[in-house]
Amino acid sequence: MGFISDKEITEEDVKHIANLAKIDLDEVEIKKFKKQFNDILDYFNKIDEAETEGVEPTYHGLNLKNVTREDEVKDELSQKEALENANESEDGFFKSPRVKE
Amino acid sequence: MNAKEIVNEIKRGEKTAAGFLFECKNKIEKKEEEINAFISLDLERSIEKAKEIDKKIKEGKDVGKLAGLPIAVKDSITTSNFKTTCGSKMLEGYHPPYDSTVVSKIKEEDGIVIGKANCDEFCMGSSTETSYFGSTRNPVDEERVPGGSSGGSAASVKYGANPLALGSDTGGSVRCPASFCGVYGLKPTYGQVSRYGLIAYASSLDQIGPIANSIEGISLLFNVISGSNDMDSTKVEEERGGSQIELSLNDLNIGIPKEFYGEGVDEEVEEKVKENLDQLRDKGAKLKEISIPSMEYALSAYYIVAMSEASSNLARFDGIRYGFKQKMNDNWEKVFSQVRKTGFGEEVRRRIMLGTYALSTGYYEKYYEKALKVRTLLKRDFEKAFKEVDFIITPTMPFRAFEIDEKIEDPLSLYMADILTVPVNMAGLPSLSVPCETNGLPIGLQIIGDSFEEDRIIELARKIKEE
Repeated sequence: MGFISDKEITEEDVKHIANLAKIDLDEVEIKKFKKQFNDILDYFNKIDEAETEGVEPTYHGLNLKNVTREDEVKDELSQKEALENANESEDGFFKSPRVKE
Repeated sequence: MNAKEIVNEIKRGEKTAAGFLFECKNKIEKKEEEINAFISLDLERSIEKAKEIDKKIKEGKDVGKLAGLPIAVKDSITTSNFKTTCGSKMLEGYHPPYDSTVVSKIKEEDGIVIGKANCDEFCMGSSTETSYFGSTRNPVDEERVPGGSSGGSAASVKYGANPLALGSDTGGSVRCPASFCGVYGLKPTYGQVSRYGLIAYASSLDQIGPIANSIEGISLLFNVISGSNDMDSTKVEEERGGSQIELSLNDLNIGIPKEFYGEGVDEEVEEKVKENLDQLRDKGAKLKEISIPSMEYALSAYYIVAMSEASSNLARFDGIRYGFKQKMNDNWEKVFSQVRKTGFGEEVRRRIMLGTYALSTGYYEKYYEKALKVRTLLKRDFEKAFKEVDFIITPTMPFRAFEIDEKIEDPLSLYMADILTVPVNMAGLPSLSVPCETNGLPIGLQIIGDSFEEDRIIELARKIKEE
């Protein structure tokens, strides 16, 4: 895949990223982030120079194994405890905003 | 007096836990308003707890290794007795229904969690200035930052609120404030300490570690919190620690990686670290110049990995199950985006968005995957180094504590401050910041060891401090 390399980040790009990240931004922030993103990414682009041909990516610093356990019912949080921090709850469920119009 | 001596006196009945807590309370009442090291504090309940421990001792009952010691816990670590905010408006009213593994272990050993320490919002920062609950000030010079992100933990230890504290370190967040405040801070090997109950920033880099005003304190708290459990989703193949180490300086090779000195490092900082290295050589250790060639890409690669993982980890903050409460009178997308606009501060939003970008179609290979390959190079460089030397010594931070507001408007300049601490997290290695300036603004020296060599690092720090 070809990279859209070293392209300057535009205000449209910032809006697109904000939408992907689900973070609302106002116009002043869009302008501020546009400048900062360009400065920061310009610095990050330094890694392009690193010679990584044939090098495997490392996801963790050390060799790890996944921890699995038997699928057994244990004494865990009660429904009441689990719902204590909820924005709204109803009939023992978390209440969420409408997903469809 | 160090933490171990205090516990021993309490156990022998020469001092009471409640009496010691009153001493700490006096310091808190004198200094806390200025320093702002805590987000939450509960001294009344702590004194009750101390009295219970005193009673047990009087009755001749067994008490734990931390009997009666007041401990501050960074607010990124969940506690059932205190709200846990992670320095964010997003979690302002969040009361976790459970304790993190490290806090359970402290309680089992009769340590007293007196409060929750201030930190950069979601641990994103190197100055504790991004906390929604206001900056913490450096007790050594109140016009300066305490470092971050565990700034409250280090500041509370420095001004004497508690001899021990817990921090968390993703790219230097334990060692940076330890260096700036003039205390000790250990970042353990990745996987050595359970992350259950640590609010995730970058899961492959995060690690909880102790901060203390003495090497004995580091050793004591590290041994209590060590060990993962079945509540962790990943586990290391081997765990070590707790063993008695004999270290002879005459047999030691200490690596001086040239990329961690020189350009960008303050001259006085470098001089101070080199003074300590000279003393080690005079005591018999061999110094050897080594190279970590991929160091020049370390900071970029670190930030790309950390931001990418953060964008994924922080997706959980939707304002539905916990966190900032927004009226839900619009559709899901709008409510979700509003919650995250209002609940997250600027630096957190910046990192989530940059991480989202680095993971997005067309950029994944250029940024995220490339950064993970650089991580492999870094890991190899350290593996090679540890074939030649026993330890690596560098400055912890390239400079001393800077002034409040000096860097906060320029994110990139703040990121640059982490240059000497992030390589260790990328490679999963342990390292300890040791205070090495006795006059004026503190300077920290960083000892990096091979995986699971915390006990040897601690022993070397003892040797450095021996007259």
